[in-house]
Amino acid sequence: MDTRFGYKDPLLEGRIFLSRVVAAFVLIILLMLGLVVRLIYLQIVGHEHYATLSKDNRIKIAPLPPTRGIIYDRQGRMLAQNLPTYTLELIPERIEHIDQTLKDLQQLLNISDEKIELFNKQRKRNKAFTPTPLLQNLTEDEVAKFSVVRPYFPGVDVYVRLERHYPYGELASHVVGYVARISEQELKNLPVDEYRGTDHVGKIGIEKTYEAELHGTAGYEEIETNAQARAIHTVSTTDPIAGANIYLSLDVDLQKVAYEGLRDYNGAAVAIDIKTGGVLVFASRPGFDPNPFVSGISAKEYKALQDSDDQPLYNRALRGQYPPGSTAKPFLGLAALEYGVTDFNHPLFCPGYYRLPNSEHKYRDWKKWGHGSVDMNEAIMQSCDVYFYDLAMAMGIDKMHDFMDKFGFGRKTGIDLVGEVDGLLPSREWKKRFRKHAWFPGETIITGIGQGYMQATPVQLAKATATLANNGREITPHLVEKVVGKDSTDYIGDQEPKTLGLNKQNIENIITAMTNVVHGPRGTAGSLAKGIHYHIAGKTGTAQVFSVKQEEKYNEDAIDFKMRDHALFVALAPVEDPQIAVAVIAEHGGHGGTVAAPIAGDIIEAYLKLQKSGHHER
Amino acid sequence: MKDSRAEAFDSPSLLGNLLRRLHVDIPLFLGLLMIGGLSFVILYSAGGQDMQVLVRHASRMGFAIALMIMLAHINPKQLQTLSPLFFAGCVLLLIAVAVMGQIGKGAQRWLDLGVFRFQPSEFTKLSAPMMVAWYLAEQSLPPKAKHVGIAGALLLVPVLLIAKQPDLGTAILVASSGAAVLFFAGLSWWFMAGCGVIGVALLPVLWHFMHDYQKKRVLTFINPEADPMGAGYHIIQSKIAIGSGGINGRGWLGSSQAELDFLPESSTDFIFAVFAEEFGLFGCVSLLVLYLLVIMRCFYIAVQAHDTFNRLLAGSLSFTFFVYVFVNIGMVIGVLPVVGVPLPLVSYGGTSMVTLMAGFGILMSIHTHGKKHPV
Repeated sequence: MDTRFGYKDPLLEGRIFLSRVVAAFVLIILLMLGLVVRLIYLQIVGHEHYATLSKDNRIKIAPLPPTRGIIYDRQGRMLAQNLPTYTLELIPERIEHIDQTLKDLQQLLNISDEKIELFNKQRKRNKAFTPTPLLQNLTEDEVAKFSVVRPYFPGVDVYVRLERHYPYGELASHVVGYVARISEQELKNLPVDEYRGTDHVGKIGIEKTYEAELHGTAGYEEIETNAQARAIHTVSTTDPIAGANIYLSLDVDLQKVAYEGLRDYNGAAVAIDIKTGGVLVFASRPGFDPNPFVSGISAKEYKALQDSDDQPLYNRALRGQYPPGSTAKPFLGLAALEYGVTDFNHPLFCPGYYRLPNSEHKYRDWKKWGHGSVDMNEAIMQSCDVYFYDLAMAMGIDKMHDFMDKFGFGRKTGIDLVGEVDGLLPSREWKKRFRKHAWFPGETIITGIGQGYMQATPVQLAKATATLANNGREITPHLVEKVVGKDSTDYIGDQEPKTLGLNKQNIENIITAMTNVVHGPRGTAGSLAKGIHYHIAGKTGTAQVFSVKQEEKYNEDAIDFKMRDHALFVALAPVEDPQIAVAVIAEHGGHGGTVAAPIAGDIIEAYLKLQKSGHHER
Repeated sequence: MKDSRAEAFDSPSLLGNLLRRLHVDIPLFLGLLMIGGLSFVILYSAGGQDMQVLVRHASRMGFAIALMIMLAHINPKQLQTLSPLFFAGCVLLLIAVAVMGQIGKGAQRWLDLGVFRFQPSEFTKLSAPMMVAWYLAEQSLPPKAKHVGIAGALLLVPVLLIAKQPDLGTAILVASSGAAVLFFAGLSWWFMAGCGVIGVALLPVLWHFMHDYQKKRVLTFINPEADPMGAGYHIIQSKIAIGSGGINGRGWLGSSQAELDFLPESSTDFIFAVFAEEFGLFGCVSLLVLYLLVIMRCFYIAVQAHDTFNRLLAGSLSFTFFVYVFVNIGMVIGVLPVVGVPLPLVSYGGTSMVTLMAGFGILMSIHTHGKKHPV
């Protein structure tokens, strides 16, 4: 032992050391017990909690979007379908020399430098294992070209996605509608779980109205992931359930007849199957091509559509509000008969104008020299205005309002399309409330010929006509005939259609008068009668766009096209057993008889032909 | 003495003889081999079943065992004589690192000798307790206040240099290894209590001098959930891994937390979390018992030593080994701040295993040379 400094006591040192080792060992045991206590706390007490957290860590839910249901027409033709689109995508981490690969691909597929740049930008944002698109909407040719060299491009692949496509384009654009990217606003109102993997949603038309049915049920994959969110493997899969297919009562053949018939005009045509209430034609012209909306319409294209004077985005059949003009006459005539204000055969002398007692103001007839003595049959057939001025004054606005309301004027028809408007059926209350004015007798007079405040949509006119043809049993027009999906449901309409409780004879008389419009000696739509072996009942209408001043003659040729009257025609056929009701409006078409009636006639003709050949059977 | 029975045990005793001739303490070596063997099992899982990792781990372990055997051969007397020189060399290297750290950016712990990079702070883990033991062995014990002061001052030089690097984990280990020497030398309990009180009082001052990331670690330790994606991430993920292991564990290779990369540093500092997830509470307690057995053997060696220097050094090395285990597991299970101390003999990489095995080599040297003396 070294004892250079001071005195050393080896025994004492040994004793101290031993006691210190014992103390250290006790300390070690205590601290180790402390660790064990903590481990017990984590692994026994907290086990369940941490096991759950661990699972949350690992399992990510990846949505599997459902395939959207297909929309068919009455004859089973696809109005909205899902077509595969091809996208060239690269997984950067699987590509050794990415710049060279990009160069090679650029040469092979003629890819622009901008697209390469865009890809590189996106690549930097994405994780290295995320497929990043380089080229979208590849043509079949491009897909084939790439397929040949694919083995030489590891990490590069063509991905297929389904994209909505509307084969009939503008023909049924308003009724079928379209899907487009979900907006922020829509996202708030959609069920989050169902739309996690979906980025399109119905914006208008059937696509929007039946969004819930068409969308289907989203599936999901439980994927085990690591901390960088890289998928390791799939734990479980819940398959998505495809959206229901929807069969419309709409008939593409008839829609074409209507749409092409309107070719020179903006306007709308609606035809309803009287027996079922199914809408056969729902045309609004001009239409628009819905397909660009799916992939994202450019701002320029959209602005062009919005700013166009013809307003192609405007669904005239559903939302267009027109003065019904003389097409209101059969209904007002029926009202007078129902209220007993006049008799079907009671004549009235028409001098070409109508004047209120003690007033100088002349309410003119469209026929300057008058119709002479007319009864209701002739008044409807020749569309005598004076007769209906008189009738209106005899009935008063209250009765007229109440009766027209029964036929659905001034309120939504209840068609299964979103965005329907009310139209306008004026009343004393309405005027007081919205115009802050009392009702004037003069306003009653012009309401008698469907002018003034009164406004109706084409679908309202078609519904009213169908209801009339259905012997006064109310018809609710509907587009969807059948929803075929997970829980298949056919259209369930009003089981017991509401009957308006009208006198059958009165209805028959009105329909007879309307038949004379087409088939009578001086009918305003006489041209329709040619070459048909059945009877059509109809009524022409001319809706004033602007008022002609007193003592001024309305000269069709002399005024601007935009100032011309709208041409209207409502019809039902065949009279013997009514099957179809039609309403046609040609904006600025002038006389209903010359422009609108032939279109309605063509629709009826085509429909009856189809019925005969049995094409409607799916 | 050559009877048939001795012949029957010839082969095992041959190996035993060889090991004894190599100055290897067989019980300690067996304990280390068990932990070392276990490390391969855990590392295979924690390292993503990468054979490369195992090969590198094995080569490092082989080197460490070779160093251990080499040190076991050196007579502790020689070690004692060399202690001041070794310590001075370490301090000089630490200063060199600090100077280079001024030039470089951030943490500077490595000294690059071109072909060989090493951390001088690792050697200090051995040289610091050796120096203190050397100094105290010269004094009469229990140490007087003056000697405690001088020992403390000697210790403070490398500790401050290492803490400045900054490497809080190593600084703590070096400080505790030196303090352990003082403790085993018979430092008065009152003195220790006084130091404790002063230490607590100085905490705010220490806080003031801490680096931002060190402050953050302490704050995170107090409330890891405050920053779950940042500083608290380690601790939260580690607790999830351990807790989800339960009593029996998920089974070997069943650690999803590490396999799926949620647990950071899963094969280095946080490897215990992987072990705990796969082998559960039973596995954890078994590993602790294994460590305890090694510590007990080390203490036995220390108690058996008769020379003051040997005794103090052996006691310190034994206790420091425990501090390693405690600080690492304590930080992984969230009772101590994250300070970057590996799990001894199990964690992958670093020079810590080499230093540890060198320490065990010194212990073996103390034991085997001490035994031979009386014969």
